[in-house]
Parts: sequence; C-alpha cells; structure tokens
Amino acid sequence: MTEPQNLFEQQESNRRRSFWLTVGFVLFFAWVGFGGDLAWYLMSRGPAEPGGPVPSPHTIPLVGFVATLLAGGICWYSWKQGPDRVLWATGAKEIFEPTSDAEQRLINVVEEMAIASGQPRPRIFVVPDSDPNAFATGIDPAHACVAVTEGLLRTLGRDQLQGVIAHEMAHVQNLDIRLMTLLAAMVGAIALMSDGMGRLVRYGNVGRFSSSGGGSGSSRGKGGMPLALVVLVFWLITLLLAPLVSRLLAMAVSRKREYLADATGVQFTRNPLALAGALEKLEAAAEPTHTITRGAAHLCIVDPSGGALSAQEGAVGDIFGSHPPIRQRIIRLKGMAYQWAKQTGAQTGA
Amino acid sequence: MGLGLLFALVVIGLWVMTAYNRLIALKNQVANSWKQIDVQLKRRHDLIPNLVSAVKGAMDFEKSTLEAVISARNRAVTASAASGGVAQVAKAEGELTQALGRLFALSENYPQLKATANIQQLQEELTTTENKVGFARQLYNDVATSYNTAQQQFPTNLVAGLAKASPAELWAIEDAAERAVPNVDLKMG
Repeated sequence: MTEPQNLFEQQESNRRRSFWLTVGFVLFFAWVGFGGDLAWYLMSRGPAEPGGPVPSPHTIPLVGFVATLLAGGICWYSWKQGPDRVLWATGAKEIFEPTSDAEQRLINVVEEMAIASGQPRPRIFVVPDSDPNAFATGIDPAHACVAVTEGLLRTLGRDQLQGVIAHEMAHVQNLDIRLMTLLAAMVGAIALMSDGMGRLVRYGNVGRFSSSGGGSGSSRGKGGMPLALVVLVFWLITLLLAPLVSRLLAMAVSRKREYLADATGVQFTRNPLALAGALEKLEAAAEPTHTITRGAAHLCIVDPSGGALSAQEGAVGDIFGSHPPIRQRIIRLKGMAYQWAKQTGAQTGA
Repeated sequence: MGLGLLFALVVIGLWVMTAYNRLIALKNQVANSWKQIDVQLKRRHDLIPNLVSAVKGAMDFEKSTLEAVISARNRAVTASAASGGVAQVAKAEGELTQALGRLFALSENYPQLKATANIQQLQEELTTTENKVGFARQLYNDVATSYNTAQQQFPTNLVAGLAKASPAELWAIEDAAERAVPNVDLKMG
C-alpha cells in the first residue's frame, strides 16, 4: 500500500537489494580490515629515532585480507545456511507427520495458502514458545520455511491462522524472505565482529601503540601522526556504529513490507477481518516471544519484543520499531474490509 | 536511413519476442492452475464417500439427501473425467456443493454426530478440501483473467494470433449462495 508495486517489481527489488546487501557487507568488512591495516601502518611508520627501536612498519595488510575472506565466507554461509540458522536459533521443529489436530490444521492451512498464492508448499515448523508469533524464512519460494509458535496455534481460530499464514506466504512470494534472512544473518555477523574487533583494539593494538609510541610522539614526523589519528578515529567510529546502523537498516527495510504483506495476504484469503482479528489477539498477548532474539525480530509478523515499540506511533516507532504500529495495520485491514463490503454490496444490489 | 530502418526492425522484433513469450508464460500458468483445481477436485470426490459412511449411521432417516450427495458426486467425477470444459465441470461441482450444503444443514439435527470420534478430523479434512477447491478456483480465475486481459490489450493483441492465444474460460459461480465457501460445521453450536 505504501509502495504501489506489482509482484514482479517487488521480487526484482528484493533480488537487487539482497545483492547489494551482500556487496555492501563484504565492502564493510574490507574497510574494517584494510582500514585497520592502514591505521596500524600509519602508526607504526615514522622516522627512527637515534638510539630508539628500529620501526618495523606494518606493510602487509594481513587483517584486510583475512577480514575480506571472512566476509566472503559469511556471505556464502548466509545464502546456503541462513534459513537453517534462523530456524535453529529459535529452536523450531519441523512437522513431518502431524501429531495433533492443531498441527494437522496448520498443515492444511499452509497448503491452502500455498494454493491460493500459487507457490510450492513451504516446509512447516513449530516454535516451542507460548507467545503467539510467526515468521517465514528461506532464500527462494521453492525452499521456503514457515514457522509459527505453539502459542499462535493455541490462540488463533482457523480463519485467523489462515490470515497469518497468508501474510507469511506473501513474504515468501515477493522474496522478502531472502532479503530478511540475509539481513538477519549479516546483522548478527556484524554485531559479533564489531564486538571482537573492539576487544582486539582495546587489549591489542592500541595498547602496543601507546606503549611503543608514548614517549616519542613529539619527535615523530608531523605528517604521519594526525593522518594516522584521523584514520584510526574514523575506523573506530564505523566499527562502533556498525551494529546500530545495520539494525536500523534491518528495521527500516522490514517496516514497509508488513503493510505490503498484509495487503497481499488479504488478496489470498479475501478475508481482511480475519487477519485484523489475528493481529488484535497478537497485540493483546503482551508477553515477549522469548525464543526469538533481536537479530531475527524483523522476520516476525509482530515485533517479538513484547509490543512496547510496535505500539509506539510517531517518530520513535518510525525509527526504532521493526514493525509498523499494529493499530495502524488493523485500521488499514478494516478499511479494506469496508471497501470490499461496499463493492460486493453494490454488485449484488445492482 | 538504412541503419535507422534496421534499428526499428530490431526494436520491433524484440518487442514481438517479449510479448509472445509473455503470452506463452501466461498460457502455461493458466493450464497449470487448472491442473491444481483438478487435483483438489479429485481430493474432494475421494473424500465424499468417507463423509457419507461416517454420517450414515446417525442420519439414516435422510437417505434421499445422502443419495443426492452421492449422485451429485458421481456426476462431478464424470464431468471431470470427460474434461468437457470449464463450464460443465463448474456446473457439476456447483451442484455437488449445493447437495453438500443441504447435508450439512440437516446434520445440525443430529447431536449424536458429535459423539463420533473421528468426526472432528473429518470436519477439518472437509473444511480444508473445500478451501483448497475455493483457493485453486480463485487462483485459476485470477491467472485466466490476466491472460485474457493481456491478449486483448493493444498492442499485445497483435501477437495473440501468433501465440495461438484464445480467451480462457473463467470458472463462473452462478449461485450467490455458492459464492461463499460452504461453512463446514458438523459440531452443533
């Protein structure tokens, strides 16, 4: 609704964004690595003092090579294993044979929505969590996975469950799942790396710089040190901001998609009120979804952190919420239902 | 001059190719979604004998309704097998839906149905089958509509003959009551 795109454009845009996300991710790691090397080089360079230790400049950008290779490896892993890792992190169990009526119903509803969306039937998972929530993951529709929590199966009626699954199938169909899954994997990797690099800087290199260069700072070349400091400071800033920026990116990217998936899902079920009812129930369940960590929050149908942020309207929710306020989504869905009733009413009346 | 002509020809050729391919892709989608309906209808036909035998004991008095369901089912099976076109299949299935609707309405008078152990599972099975038929039909109609629109719109209609495109028949629902997917509820409220 916010972006009047057709399906093909949505898919194209998601393919493109997934590609650039991967490129940007590798470039970022390369910058962290080679930038670190540069700072190290500039710090360790400098004229030898008479009588002081002979400087041994750091000339081989080893960190850069390692970081870039590592980033390439993580990307490859994210594309190959991302969906499995996301599912693994939530403790989701795949349903092969239904063991209860509720699971049979879930399988049936997923099959119905696969038919309605014209997609292959995704693999079905249940997350052992009592808070109602759901998400979809995968790299393409042929290998998609849909997961719901036990709480969702317990709380929702059949039509409402259908509305939620339709929303997830919309994410599957327009390839949101690919971008979202890659983001989840890479946001996690960036947070880890930022952590590790920060530790390295604190206990490793910087310590060495200060001990070896502490007393001789004034006698070093005036051109070398300020440049080195600028590079170092800039490098540290990117390192510190990276986790925040990547998380904001993940959230910004997911927010618009929820409206779109709601609208597409309703095209599958032709029943906006069922999804609205489901969202109302999900909103009422204030308890946070414990099994779903922050890194995968943007994959879910409602914010798993307990609804504090998704209830926020206005600027705060706009920047920090991974989801649009549920109230707004419900209002839009009810608007659709009203339009629908008006149209069909006019048709039968005529 | 000659170069300009060549350029124009290339552009037109490329456009014809794209339009042709698009029509063929849509045609295949229509055929594919029709197959999906077929699969679901077969499921439905296979399920009805189970339903009838499950409720027969309790609803012994409603022989005529049960027989109507069975004969409507058999006619629907024949229509599907004969592949007589969308209209015939739609008509036979519509009659079957109506017969089923009567059966479900009558079943409300038989509280003892609830006591049957597998009736809940059967009910879920029926609900999902009816939904699957409905959604397959919805997908078919959507795909067929975009196929029909594409081949009638200018300038794609110029290529329609080349792609051997002819309008696909929509699955029309004549009966207003049938528009809504029947509400399967064997439990009494």
